[in-house]
Amino acid sequence: MIVNVNDLRLSRGRREILRGVSFAADRGELVALMGLSGGGKTTILRTIAALEPFDKGTVDVGGVVLRPGANARQTIRDLRKQVGMVFQLHYLFDHLTALDNVTLAPTRVAHVARTDAESRAMTLLDSLGVAHRRNAYPRELSGGEAQRVAIARSMAMDPPVLMLDEPTASLDPARRYELGETLVKLTKDGRTLLVTTHDDDFAREFATRVIILAEGEIVEHGDPKEVLTNPQNPATKALLQK
Amino acid sequence: MYISHDVRLTAVALFFCILNFAFCIQAQPVLRWGGDAEGGAPFVEADPSNPSVVRGFDVEVAEQMAKGLGRKAQFVQVAFASIDQSVARGDFDIGMSGVEDTPPRRAMLSTTIPYYEFHEVLTVRREDASRFPDFSKLRGRKVGTLSATIAYERLLRAERENGIVVVSYDDDVHPYEDLREGRLDAVLLDNIIAARSVRRVPGLTILPTNFQTGHYIGVLAKENTALRDRINDILRARMRDGTLERIYRKWNIWSDDEAAFIQSSLDGAAAAPPRAGEGAGATQKQQASKFALIARYIPSLLEASVITIALSCASMVLAIFIGILIASGRVYASGFSRVILTAYVEIVRGTPVLLQLFVLYYGLSSVIRLPAFLAALLGLGLNYAAYESEIYRGALEAVPRGQLEAARTLGLTEMQVFSLVRGPQAFRLALAPMTNDFVALLKDSSLVSVITVVELTKQTQIFATNIGSWVVPGLLCAALYLILSLPLARLAGYLETKWRSDSE
Repeated sequence: MIVNVNDLRLSRGRREILRGVSFAADRGELVALMGLSGGGKTTILRTIAALEPFDKGTVDVGGVVLRPGANARQTIRDLRKQVGMVFQLHYLFDHLTALDNVTLAPTRVAHVARTDAESRAMTLLDSLGVAHRRNAYPRELSGGEAQRVAIARSMAMDPPVLMLDEPTASLDPARRYELGETLVKLTKDGRTLLVTTHDDDFAREFATRVIILAEGEIVEHGDPKEVLTNPQNPATKALLQK
Repeated sequence: MYISHDVRLTAVALFFCILNFAFCIQAQPVLRWGGDAEGGAPFVEADPSNPSVVRGFDVEVAEQMAKGLGRKAQFVQVAFASIDQSVARGDFDIGMSGVEDTPPRRAMLSTTIPYYEFHEVLTVRREDASRFPDFSKLRGRKVGTLSATIAYERLLRAERENGIVVVSYDDDVHPYEDLREGRLDAVLLDNIIAARSVRRVPGLTILPTNFQTGHYIGVLAKENTALRDRINDILRARMRDGTLERIYRKWNIWSDDEAAFIQSSLDGAAAAPPRAGEGAGATQKQQASKFALIARYIPSLLEASVITIALSCASMVLAIFIGILIASGRVYASGFSRVILTAYVEIVRGTPVLLQLFVLYYGLSSVIRLPAFLAALLGLGLNYAAYESEIYRGALEAVPRGQLEAARTLGLTEMQVFSLVRGPQAFRLALAPMTNDFVALLKDSSLVSVITVVELTKQTQIFATNIGSWVVPGLLCAALYLILSLPLARLAGYLETKWRSDSE
């Protein structure tokens, strides 16, 4: 198991955001995290990315273990080689072109030669269908294009685990299907994807596993087709009501 | 009915009151005379025992004039450099605290006959008395004086002829202090100023040579010739009856030269003003010399604008550099250093830059003696750093947190997040307000004339005093500032629209 989350607890003030979340994900899996807003989906991704300190439990990604409170700089540095993240609002760097967004980390963090970084970036952008937008600035990209550039940017460091926060939120159904196929392609070489989503059709179609969260706890998990076709928990039922 | 009766009564009472008041003013006519009490004794100074009253030989001469006119003398405080302009626009009847007799003044204003003769003398440190007998031995050395005076003109000539370095001051106290400190090697000024200063500042001595003779006069508005003629009659009468001699003796400024001057004035030999420009004469000649004078000042104006632009650019570079340090310190550092930086910004923003320049140049001179240009650069740079830091701090904090988190998840170190993502994005936000600040700095750089740096505005003032008019120098000066600042203002506007459309 490349991702092991064990008894993760996190409170902000008196509000408990995560109350003992445990799950694991294997190589090549596409795990969909579902739940109503405020269920703690995004917070789980942020704790795994070491953007959010937590109070209890452990996060283990590819052998790098995060513990409660502040973690050593080296630990965080090691962790970030394991995990990439695509934000819901993409957060492409406004001052850089699409291509420069993708090559920034390889050249500055991994110290790859610029020409190599660029040719790899072009391969990525091409595989995601946005190579022709390489010289565009983020403000000039459509939502879908920006998302694909953001995926390319995270993929450029080739992390074994890639997390995407609500990637389906701003896409129309046709685009969602396209995205699903792209993500499945990314899992083919053993990469693990953790994806938060509200879209049960998307989860049913593309996820290998689904985890349902409600008020900071996992209430149901398993095969998406089973869980989402025959929901047991009221939270899951509420989620499926359209 | 009662009410309206009341109102009528009040109105009548008020009318009489006003009439009475007007009558009172009519009954006690005053002679409003303007001078600068900052000039100090023996000219005009605030009475130490009652600072609302002025005293000095100029005060007493003015009182004699008022008495002769059957009026009461009333003092009007005015900055020394503004006496000419102020009297011309009617702020007072006559201006007279050590006002020098020069051709431009005679051309632009109604001037009285000279009432006092002075000499331009060199003051040096006592140990240098034999080393610097005259200008020829002062080659390459700094000689200070009050700007826009006969002494200043004389020094400019010595600069051309003897290669001295002229340092101009806005007042006549600091040159002597700087002479003692070693910032200057000599000071050329009126003998009574020199005499007063060597009494105040120890270790100085006045050389006997008279480099130029000049006269103090009263100045009136051009059209005010009737009053001028009456005052001239009064002055002659007071010379004749020994009143002026009594006043000058009282203030310890009487000498044999003065006796000879008064005698020659009474004999009718009207003292000619010294040739500050190319002398007075026929109107045509005056006109021609005026153009020649303007032409002569244009290179120095251009030179002064080079000083202005160099000083502004260097100060801005310093301000940007320190501003970035302060801003990043306030955003990233914690606790003590943050408090220190915040205090710096608040103190610098909360006190006048003029005061800061004074403290840097004069206040610190016992600890560290900064050259004037360096002090000006530091003063403006450190002052603007506080403003810049606030712009950068705002800009740094305006970069969305998500941008920083995205950079962190890619594995960038905090330093790289700052230098590759946060800094560049904040810079774009800061660029337009920074350009605006630079335009403001360009104009604020005119303040450094208080610490002897002659930049564009100061040179213009000197120019204006010498040709006796602000019109041409003012227009030229404004044009030069606009040439320097308009491209920057355009750039600021362009960047503002560009970045704004970018972020949409």
